[in-house]
Amino acid sequence: MKRFLGFVRKEFIHIFRDVRTLVIIFGIPAIMIILFGYVVSTDLKDASLAFLDLSKDDVTSELIERTCSSDFFRKTADLSGYHEVDRVLKSGKAKVVIVFGENFGRNLESGKNASLSIIADGSEPNTAALVSTYANAIISGFSQLSMPAGQASIPVIVPEVRMFYNPSLKSQFMFVPGVITMVLTLICALMTSITLTREKEFGTMEVLLVSPLKPVQIILGKVTPYFFLSIVNVVTILVLSRLVFGLPVKGSLILLLAESMLYIFLSLSIGILISAVAKTMQQAIFISLVGMMLPTVLLSGFIFPIENMPKIYDWVSSVLPPRYFIVIIKNIMIKGTGFAHVWKETLILILMTVIMMGLAVRKFSIRLQ
Amino acid sequence: MNRKTVIRVRDLVKKFGSFVANDRLSFDVYEGEIFGFLGANGAGKTTAIRILTGLLEPTSGEVMVAGFDACRQPEEIKRNIGYMCQKFSLYEDLTIRENIMLYGGIYGLDRKTIKERTERLLDKLRFREYGDRLISALPLGLKQKLAFSVAVFHEPRIVFLDEPTGGVDPLTRRQFWEMIYETASAGITVFVTTHYMDEAEYCDRISIMSDGRIVALDTPSELKRKYDAGSVEDVFVKIARPGMKYSQETADINGLG
Repeated sequence: MKRFLGFVRKEFIHIFRDVRTLVIIFGIPAIMIILFGYVVSTDLKDASLAFLDLSKDDVTSELIERTCSSDFFRKTADLSGYHEVDRVLKSGKAKVVIVFGENFGRNLESGKNASLSIIADGSEPNTAALVSTYANAIISGFSQLSMPAGQASIPVIVPEVRMFYNPSLKSQFMFVPGVITMVLTLICALMTSITLTREKEFGTMEVLLVSPLKPVQIILGKVTPYFFLSIVNVVTILVLSRLVFGLPVKGSLILLLAESMLYIFLSLSIGILISAVAKTMQQAIFISLVGMMLPTVLLSGFIFPIENMPKIYDWVSSVLPPRYFIVIIKNIMIKGTGFAHVWKETLILILMTVIMMGLAVRKFSIRLQ
Repeated sequence: MNRKTVIRVRDLVKKFGSFVANDRLSFDVYEGEIFGFLGANGAGKTTAIRILTGLLEPTSGEVMVAGFDACRQPEEIKRNIGYMCQKFSLYEDLTIRENIMLYGGIYGLDRKTIKERTERLLDKLRFREYGDRLISALPLGLKQKLAFSVAVFHEPRIVFLDEPTGGVDPLTRRQFWEMIYETASAGITVFVTTHYMDEAEYCDRISIMSDGRIVALDTPSELKRKYDAGSVEDVFVKIARPGMKYSQETADINGLG
């Protein structure tokens, strides 16, 4: 045991003396939280909007006021004619132009077709789609309210949409579980595979194997620090997302940490497996990044919903651990569900861990033969 | 010779699939001697060393190292040997003292012993002022000497040196061999592989491997006489031609891990 502790201590020294390792372990979680929280936000806020009002009546001015009173839009220009539309969109002064046709108010009141068009800057398709949907919603909401009395005999059904779990549809709520998953994958799989192959590459692994330390002790000694640092990271991310985005953990914190440890075990085994296959650090990095990080980002349902993927990607993603882990933390953090609702995913992760650990141990001993 | 045997190998065979890397090796190494283990690349040296150090299991044959059976008691063997490989094996981002503390601890020495021996070692090598410096800041020659000192720090019965002087300048090599002599005279058996034939002349006895077999084993002077050669290098060239079958295949197997 004393031998083992001395060995673990040495691994901590490696980590704390290497600036690059420190940046990856402690910098990346913080950066990712900020990045995904603010920059990659898919929320609409303060989108610039221009109006071309050819009618200039009470109805249109009320509509304009309504639109701009929301947090989503900010009026940046009033246009005087069609010829200016192109200019404001091109200059970026506005993302969307809303055009009210002539006699808009009068047409609406008399039940005739009131012409209204929304012109969006399609060079940013996501924003354009969002902006036009929001604008559409506001305006159609208004038009239903201001239906002339005569036509109200047919009751207008106004669907009341309420968002559960994430009432303001904050996208950060969706990203935090993804970021936790990414960080754990990165640190556990990438860092352990690097640190193990480094020993191989530098020849120290041979010396360690000839020493009285058992192979199991060597591996455990190398991954123990990463296990603890990963837990520290999970807590850091939870605290950060609480402080910065006000995202609480609705479910049991203990359950969340227990599930995280399970996922850490799994990722560590994958890291060990990678190191057994890779001959050099570069190979280890390549395998971890392409084999683990890319699928985590693209196929785990973190950014792109699995339901929208072609079937084949669905199958591919069903063998990826992050897919299940994301579901688990989303459920615990955002919906506040208990173990009863995540036992299936947990079981899958446990199975994967057993398989990966078995493979890693086997690979490692084969290499020694 | 009536000296004590510390390594006893009889009919050692190691096969990788159908390929025979070590073919019926038999030899003894005596306590306190410097035993040179020579052979062309792919002759089977590395495989033999791995078996002797407990990294590989022999396919058949008898291997006793420091009085323990290599098949049944590899853990006991590991406690009684030191090892230094061709790649530099200390941690660059640890200081000299930390490296010694680490390896001393791995071999089960207590802190007090480690501290005492460390100070003695630093004095002997005149490294005192470098003690708390990172290994990466030292020149290669110093590193290599230090790696050797660490390999014998726990006072093993045998130390295995796998091409210890690769890439080192002649002066440092000379100093390195002085350290080896000192170690051997202290009773630690030195088992060394090398590519430098002048170094082979420094050994008490040498064995030459070729095609997985030991083709010669004797003192350097006796070998030179037997093969009518002026130097060990000539002896080597005469008998250690790598066979055709040892091409890429052997290199791959020996390069495992």
